[in-house]
Amino acid sequence: MQSGKGEILFPIFCFSKSRKDGRELSPYFKYILGKLKWYVLIFFAALFLNFFLPRLIPGNPISALVAQMAGGGASSDVLNKLYNSYIHEFGLDHPWYVQFIDYVVKVFHGDLGTSFSLYPTKVNTILAQALPWTIALQVPSILLGWILGNILGALAAYKKGKFDGTLFPITLFVSSIPYFCFAIILLYLFGVILNILPIGGGYSMALTPTFSIVFLTDALKHYLLPFLSLLLVIIGGQAIGMREMSIYELNTDYVRYAKLLGVSDKKIIRYVFKNAMLPQITGLSISLGTMVGGALITEIVFSYPGIGTWLFNAIRQQDYPLIQGGTLVITISVLLANFLIDIVYGIVDPRIRASQLEE
Amino acid sequence: MELLRSLIKSRKFLIGTSIFLALLLTSLIFPLVNSSDPLEMVGLLYEPPSAEHVLGTDNFGRDVLIEFIYGMKTSIFVGLVAGLIATLIGTTIGVIAGYVGRLTDNILNSTTNLFLVIPSFVILILLSSSLKSRSLLFLAIIIGITSWPWTARAVRAQTSSLRTREHINMAKLNGMNNFEIMLSEILPYVSSYIFMAFVLQVASGILSEAGLSMLGLGPSDVVSLGTMLSWALLYEAVRTGAWWAFFPPTIGISLITFSLLYMNTGMDEIFNPRLRGE
Repeated sequence: MQSGKGEILFPIFCFSKSRKDGRELSPYFKYILGKLKWYVLIFFAALFLNFFLPRLIPGNPISALVAQMAGGGASSDVLNKLYNSYIHEFGLDHPWYVQFIDYVVKVFHGDLGTSFSLYPTKVNTILAQALPWTIALQVPSILLGWILGNILGALAAYKKGKFDGTLFPITLFVSSIPYFCFAIILLYLFGVILNILPIGGGYSMALTPTFSIVFLTDALKHYLLPFLSLLLVIIGGQAIGMREMSIYELNTDYVRYAKLLGVSDKKIIRYVFKNAMLPQITGLSISLGTMVGGALITEIVFSYPGIGTWLFNAIRQQDYPLIQGGTLVITISVLLANFLIDIVYGIVDPRIRASQLEE
Repeated sequence: MELLRSLIKSRKFLIGTSIFLALLLTSLIFPLVNSSDPLEMVGLLYEPPSAEHVLGTDNFGRDVLIEFIYGMKTSIFVGLVAGLIATLIGTTIGVIAGYVGRLTDNILNSTTNLFLVIPSFVILILLSSSLKSRSLLFLAIIIGITSWPWTARAVRAQTSSLRTREHINMAKLNGMNNFEIMLSEILPYVSSYIFMAFVLQVASGILSEAGLSMLGLGPSDVVSLGTMLSWALLYEAVRTGAWWAFFPPTIGISLITFSLLYMNTGMDEIFNPRLRGE
């Protein structure tokens, strides 16, 4: 472990020199290929779960749904027709493996079915409208929160004393407030009491989404609170992890040795930061699912027009195709983000680089 | 005993534990003293705090204070049950994967990683949205079943580092079988990690329940802190300024998770002396 970690002392861009010729796959490429295979497997597992889990629960959602759709006055003849058309649309008159293959084929054609609550709108259409809002909210807040949190955590570990002593309990408290609770507090403080920011939605009702200055400034105003509520909690969580990793690194032998040699503090911090960073990247990929989940619920607090709010509405109206479409889109996004993180990790991790040098 | 003594020395552990116990005891003792039904409507919509209703009333005209205390009990219950289930499954899988190794490890570890990457709340949504009414126990169980991979991962790492230790070879020479070794030679050595993981699982279980309730998938038979928040949002408590309806559950959830995390940090510093950073 120790010698493995020390390897980061080598300059970063030493790979690709070792490739003798183009015939053999480079270890990095092999690494990516291995990851890719793994994610394809997970993707199918996720598809299967998405298909299978709702069917696991006893009871027939279709009949409940037909009753709900038909409302009060419909005759039984109409109900029967509705029921049969749904059975047919879901392909429920086939054995489950045929249904599953059918489902996979449909997903690959980008067809997620028809929404019940907004019949006859396609689920894809609804989700395609919602996804940009969610991405615009989550990607910047998670990335920026991760970067700022890591810097803050490393600083706290290094400075110790008062800086750490006052900052740590505060950060721990902030990060233990769930995203949506923090969101509610911010919403109440800035939207209701101080009344300086909008209390919900992605943009003012009076406007239609266009790329005009008026719309963009309006959207930005609506963006600020949800963004901040995610950012601050993520910073807190990341800072705590990084602080711990950095304290651990600061107590290692290589740091003591470097200090003995009289290496400047600045340089030591750089080494410590780099070494503590690797577990933080892995940490990000592991906690990404939880973060995304928390952020989706934060959308509900602000009625932000993203996937989370749509999911909330879909659940309230028992719109199963929309629920399943939403969960599938979330899963795929998290898988994609994790794959990207793995690609970056492969570039940054000296151990993967070192295996390249050995070839 | 030695361990307990060093734990008590940790201020963080003590503070965290006392807050948690105080909240737990309040939620357990209060219903014995005050037998009012938390679901009984005693006033009008969003009545502000008064002498009669210390924390006012909610959107159904129910007493917020009583609801809050029952909600806390519910949330802690979900957390404990979910945490217990997750820890049990995670420990079993982690110890077996870490100790047996080879193909078994490969299969178990891949499964663990698979469920780490697929967001567990997605599975929770898919399972609970198909049910019209959800009992508290059902929610606690499915939260536990979906959150074990964290524990499995941590326990596996600890176990596989123990695998080649002397005392395990000794046990093998003494003719102990794998099951006995795992039970008596491995479990005691990873127990501190398991307990720390359990504390975190309780916190994350409470958050999962609150999150599900916010989505409208909470327990349909009892009040929880999450369902209180969900109603407050749905009935515009925030925008109409009825702070007493959403502040208590917000503070409650935050305080419970904070106490558990603080407990965990304290234990971490005791069990990993390198973290103390003197």
